[in-house]
Amino acid sequence: MAVCVAVIAKENYPLYIRSVPTENELKFHYMVHTSLDVVDEKISAMGKALVDQRELYLGLLYPTEDYKVYGYVTNSKVKFVMVVDASNTALRDNEIRSMFRKLHNSYTDVMCNPFYDPGDRIQSSRAFDGMVTSMMIQVC
Amino acid sequence: MEGLTLSDAEQKYYSDLFSYCDSESTKKVAAHGRVLELFRAAQLPSDVVHQIMELCGATRLGYFGRSQFYIALKLVAVAQSGFPLRVESINTVKDLPLPRFVASKNEQESRHAASYSSDSENQGSYSGVIPPPPGRGQVKKGSTSHDTVQPRTSADQQEPVSPVVSPQQSPPTSPHTWRKHSRHPSGGNSERPLAGPGPFWSPFGEAQSGSSAGDAVWSGHSPPPPQENWVSFADTPPTSTLLTMHPASVQDQTTVRTVASATTANEIRRQSSSYDDPWKITDEQRQYYVNQFKTIQPDLNGFIPGSAAKEFFTKSKLPILELSHIWELSDFDKDGALTLDEFCAAFHLVVARKNGYDLPEKLPESLMPKLIDLEDSADVGDQPGEVGYSGSPAEAPPSKSPSMPSLNQTWPELNQSSEDTAIVHPVPIRMTPSKIHMQEMELKRTGSDHTNPTSPLLVKTSDLSEENKINSSVKFASGNTVGQQQAGVVAQPPAVPPRPQPSQAAGPVVHRPVDADGLITHTSTSPQQIPEQPNFADFSQFEVFAASNVNEEQDDEAEKHPEVLPVEKASDPASSLRVAKTDSKIEEKTAASAPANVSKGTTPLAPPPKPVRRRLKSEDELRPEVDEHTQKTGVLAAVLASQPSIPRSVGKDKKAIQASIRRNKETNTVLARLNSELQQQLKDVLEERISLEVQLEQLRPFSHL
Repeated sequence: MAVCVAVIAKENYPLYIRSVPTENELKFHYMVHTSLDVVDEKISAMGKALVDQRELYLGLLYPTEDYKVYGYVTNSKVKFVMVVDASNTALRDNEIRSMFRKLHNSYTDVMCNPFYDPGDRIQSSRAFDGMVTSMMIQVC
Repeated sequence: MEGLTLSDAEQKYYSDLFSYCDSESTKKVAAHGRVLELFRAAQLPSDVVHQIMELCGATRLGYFGRSQFYIALKLVAVAQSGFPLRVESINTVKDLPLPRFVASKNEQESRHAASYSSDSENQGSYSGVIPPPPGRGQVKKGSTSHDTVQPRTSADQQEPVSPVVSPQQSPPTSPHTWRKHSRHPSGGNSERPLAGPGPFWSPFGEAQSGSSAGDAVWSGHSPPPPQENWVSFADTPPTSTLLTMHPASVQDQTTVRTVASATTANEIRRQSSSYDDPWKITDEQRQYYVNQFKTIQPDLNGFIPGSAAKEFFTKSKLPILELSHIWELSDFDKDGALTLDEFCAAFHLVVARKNGYDLPEKLPESLMPKLIDLEDSADVGDQPGEVGYSGSPAEAPPSKSPSMPSLNQTWPELNQSSEDTAIVHPVPIRMTPSKIHMQEMELKRTGSDHTNPTSPLLVKTSDLSEENKINSSVKFASGNTVGQQQAGVVAQPPAVPPRPQPSQAAGPVVHRPVDADGLITHTSTSPQQIPEQPNFADFSQFEVFAASNVNEEQDDEAEKHPEVLPVEKASDPASSLRVAKTDSKIEEKTAASAPANVSKGTTPLAPPPKPVRRRLKSEDELRPEVDEHTQKTGVLAAVLASQPSIPRSVGKDKKAIQASIRRNKETNTVLARLNSELQQQLKDVLEERISLEVQLEQLRPFSHL
């Protein structure tokens, strides 16, 4: 169950960012922003190797006291960043991976929509929203 | 329900209404349908309507029986009179006026003149302008709201039109317009589908309001306004399509149809099964959509790419956001392209949206693209929780589209078929041992008859089975017995087995050997084919084959083959080896018979020497590969290697006997080894058994306690 989900475009601007609507959401935005550096670092580390060999799932980008940030990059350099609650220890790596996979699938579905301009914010797709909602923590 | 006492006028009125609503004469009326329209026409707030429905028990029952209907009507009257809705008020409120339903005038309506609004009210109530969507949106309530979209609140329309219309019947409240409409429909049925393309024009051709004759009006809407490309979008609207904004003044009646009322009335009328389905596409609409599809994509089984669809639907002037949502709903298999069904669904949704319907959250059932069993299209209902997403790329054949009602029924089977659709053609499973048999079989067969063995053999390759092996053995015999075969007869034996590797199969097949050259090609290609087999034994067998490819016909050896082969078929590994033995036997015989043949002159002189040379060559080629596999091929290789050394001058019989002896020895060694292995296994199993018995014994004393 994620606390914040963000889709970042290749040019490092957000295509979609949504957090659990509590407290200071800007904090999540900031965390996502800072995580981009880590993502780039991880991408370039594999760097010389073929892009194909690079795995899409980046894993834990960096942990903080309260949260853990996971990353995922597609082959078109679109990044998915997910912030999860650090206290949620039951969350396994596989689950994170599956969540990213679902994100990726929904993202490709949005891409397939001819009425969606790549590079636009993802605001029209209810399916995408629904999927992200299902992934977010249920906050009463 | 309390007993309901109705006055005579009420009785008559209610029964008329009931018979109108009960178009199917089932003595019960669907809760969502004309009844709802009726109630909406009562100009009551929707929550009141729902309350009424609850009170009369329709929500409990799911439909309106006659009594429920009457009670509901009474409640409507109560509500319209301003009294609070109570079950008791049915009978307590005296002298209620008849419930008012805004309906167009009718001579029958005039009977209930007090309850009906006059013609004048309905005259020209439509200005031919699309009611603003929010107005429509108000009445939306889930799916049923589609039925009863009543632009009551629309500023453009003064009154909602009475939904109680039915061109086919002549219920008391049926307005003339409906009857008039019935004359117009192109299909002879007066169904007004959900706001066909017609409504599109009305916004653009607002001048339509105030047309005089019904015909003129209807046709007047046909010509699309010249303004925009949307014209092409709606250039051939079925004349009978419902024109939402159709001005009330059409014809001399006054009834103005709302999209909802017409639609629902039509659809309810049309379908005997589904009650509330405003999303159903009528045949006319369907035809129209199909025509539009053809303008973009002439092949009805093809796709419309996303870009083309985008252009097309952009012409509808809907906001991109909504178009995006429509696309999301209708592109069922998420492939970025629209099949015919998807296109029709999308078109229908656009039409609906244009008419003010709100877009559904999920694709309505009737719009779901149909899955075609065993065909490419595998789109299934999107309804979450109902059917899983089993989309597969292809399109539904348009032939199925007319059978709209069956859409819903195709789901269960579609789910099952969706997996099947992924498999286009079966992939033959390669079984190496049988491959050898296939080779043999082909060899023999091609040797026996000059017919084209390739295809039947190829077919056989695809379904290798024991029977095939047995058949091959039989054929083997027959092929041998056929006797004097031309060396070049061997057609495509090595070609068939590599069916799983079509590239290779093509190679050998291409070289239809009818002469020695073909043979040479075969033998040269066969080594290449075999090496990919992991089974080391195949190599040796292949060598044998290579040699045996040369000359099959050995009458004297023919008898041995059938004997050996059936025995060989017993166990695969052993059999393959045996085949190898046999083949090498054949090889030997070939070598032996080569000179014999030459001497006999039965076979062309050229082939025999070549095959022999080829055999040698193939052996040489194969020997390095064979050597890699040490286990059993070592023996075979040794045997094979020794073959060339056999002096050819030796008599045929002696040679043959020696070869057979050698083969048998090899077989013996192999079998002995197998035997020892099996013995070992047997010992192990026996040990296990003993240990288990011991354990049992140990446990037994306890069991006695």
